[in-house]
Amino acid sequence: MSGHYSHTPPPVTVKIVISGGFGVGKTTFVGAISEVEPLVTEADMTEAAAGVDDLDMVHSKTTTTVALDFGRITLDESLLLYLFGTPGQDRFAFLWDDLVIGALGAVVLVDTQRIEDSFPAIDYFEEHAVPFLLAVNNFEHARHFELSEVREALGVDEDVPVLDCDARSRASVKRILVALTEEVLARRLGRGQTVRA
Amino acid sequence: MNDRLPDPRMIPPWRPAAVNAPAESPEARRSGAFAGYGPAGADPGGRHQAEVPDYDDPQVRPFMLTGGRTRPVRDDLRIETLLRALPAALSAPLRFEARRIVELCQRPMSLADLAVGLRIPLGVTRVLVADLLADGYLYQEEQPDELPIELIERIRDLVRAL
Repeated sequence: MSGHYSHTPPPVTVKIVISGGFGVGKTTFVGAISEVEPLVTEADMTEAAAGVDDLDMVHSKTTTTVALDFGRITLDESLLLYLFGTPGQDRFAFLWDDLVIGALGAVVLVDTQRIEDSFPAIDYFEEHAVPFLLAVNNFEHARHFELSEVREALGVDEDVPVLDCDARSRASVKRILVALTEEVLARRLGRGQTVRA
Repeated sequence: MNDRLPDPRMIPPWRPAAVNAPAESPEARRSGAFAGYGPAGADPGGRHQAEVPDYDDPQVRPFMLTGGRTRPVRDDLRIETLLRALPAALSAPLRFEARRIVELCQRPMSLADLAVGLRIPLGVTRVLVADLLADGYLYQEEQPDELPIELIERIRDLVRAL
């Protein structure tokens, strides 16, 4: 055994939280870019609970396990990016702190047909000063709204980016994540300064 | 012989000593995890597990692996915490999940990666990992408190290049 493993610096882990209402497309979003099986489970110790964030499962019978969306992207040998989806239902709010503490930032996926589902996530990130952006997931059958209409309906700050998104598209998901890092940089450097592109 | 099935909502019986005894070593606690477990009213004739009633509401079953403990011995383990085992830990007298964790952690693994690799819930993984950290089989990889600007720019550029 060489024993030299300790001389390699450990990779840095970076965490991004993917949030939004139940069934808004978080699993799809994470799956579009992750290199691993996009689910990890958590046992719910407080009460029997409903299933995973998947529309087919909305009406399924109760279970005691909640599935969290989980994605890993090896950016290079020294940098690991993790994506974690927040559980879509209020009863799992107890899991949020663990997911959000230490996160680089958050994406709030918005379904324009159920815009109010985004409020809990927006409130949470605003309250905890987590950099976030809104990604309006374009469902095929949904009426298209202008982003300015979405911003107005959600009542978010002018500074919060609102972008179109197709959670099925790897390119689109990449664009959202790049935009989020830009937002993090903008917050860190202070508004008004232009972030070097 | 009473053939009535136990109430499906019933919690599997633990030996209270295995869960609560404060003086026990972590190793004893782990062994205790298996000592007290068994279906209520299991017949002494040793019929097979297949006859165990299928609890459709297994409230605490995942935590059987931890002797029923749902709280880790330390509370600073996050979902992305990166863990590593010393090669020497491979020859430690560890069993089942603990052994598997030490094997997986021969390279850095996050808590979430371990939960996926072991196919057990995060909370259970967290309890097992905290035990292994306390016993010195695992260590936690240090992470920067705050990411430097240059690193965030590098993340942006690497994501863009994916």
